[in-house]
Amino acid sequence: MLLFYALAAIAVGASLLVIAQRNPIYSVLLLIASFGALSGLYVTLDAPFVAVIQIVVYAGAIMVLFLFVVMLLNAPQEQTEADERLHVLVRSGAMRFGGFLAIALLTELVWALSRTPGASVGFGTDATTAVAAIGRSLFTDYAFAFEVTSVLILVAMVGAVLLARREGA
Amino acid sequence: MPTVNHYLMLSAVLFCVGTAGVFVRRNLITILLSIEIMLNAVNLAFVAFGRAMGTADGQIIVFFVMTVAAAEAAVGLAIVIALFRHRESLDPDTFTQLRW
Repeated sequence: MLLFYALAAIAVGASLLVIAQRNPIYSVLLLIASFGALSGLYVTLDAPFVAVIQIVVYAGAIMVLFLFVVMLLNAPQEQTEADERLHVLVRSGAMRFGGFLAIALLTELVWALSRTPGASVGFGTDATTAVAAIGRSLFTDYAFAFEVTSVLILVAMVGAVLLARREGA
Repeated sequence: MPTVNHYLMLSAVLFCVGTAGVFVRRNLITILLSIEIMLNAVNLAFVAFGRAMGTADGQIIVFFVMTVAAAEAAVGLAIVIALFRHRESLDPDTFTQLRW
């Protein structure tokens, strides 16, 4: 229980800092910390496979891609300094409305979850932790989805190369 | 021991942090990072439900979500690079025209 609250606090705190940082590099590094905490939460959920690919794929590959783009663009710290200097509550109407919507969504979700009776039961003892079982299911029941995913990756790769290409090159 | 509800609450909080990030920030890269936070919140809910039901399906869906997230990040960042070449800016408010 203590472990859960510690990891949850790290995950939420790091995520909040991600959206509060001005420098995108710090945002990316804090998001990696958040993903590390989430990986620990997956371990507490008896999902070691997800915990490992969270670190290897998310923190290792996707975040490095983000970091690479941040460094490649080398953008000035903030484009909209006038906006950023203001407090969140006194910014332009669209941003304030968006923040309000996010808080309203959070209130609704927490309210709905606190009223759900069946969800407060503990976890059973029959956890599927074996990577072999996941792999077998992936290549039998979900074989079609798996193959479609490979096509998706190919399309995304071609699209990324095409989009980021210099014009006339 | 934490229950399913604990994980779902945490998932809801993380999702709303991501939503707030998309709305409040004015930097394309931070907005993409906020979308990653939201995807991770959903992943956590999937794994918690899969654990509660004693099946591996939740973890398999997380696998697919991660693949889609990787594709989304690659294409999104390529678009960000292309936009930055045009306008030297990462502020989404500067991109108000479909062609120029």
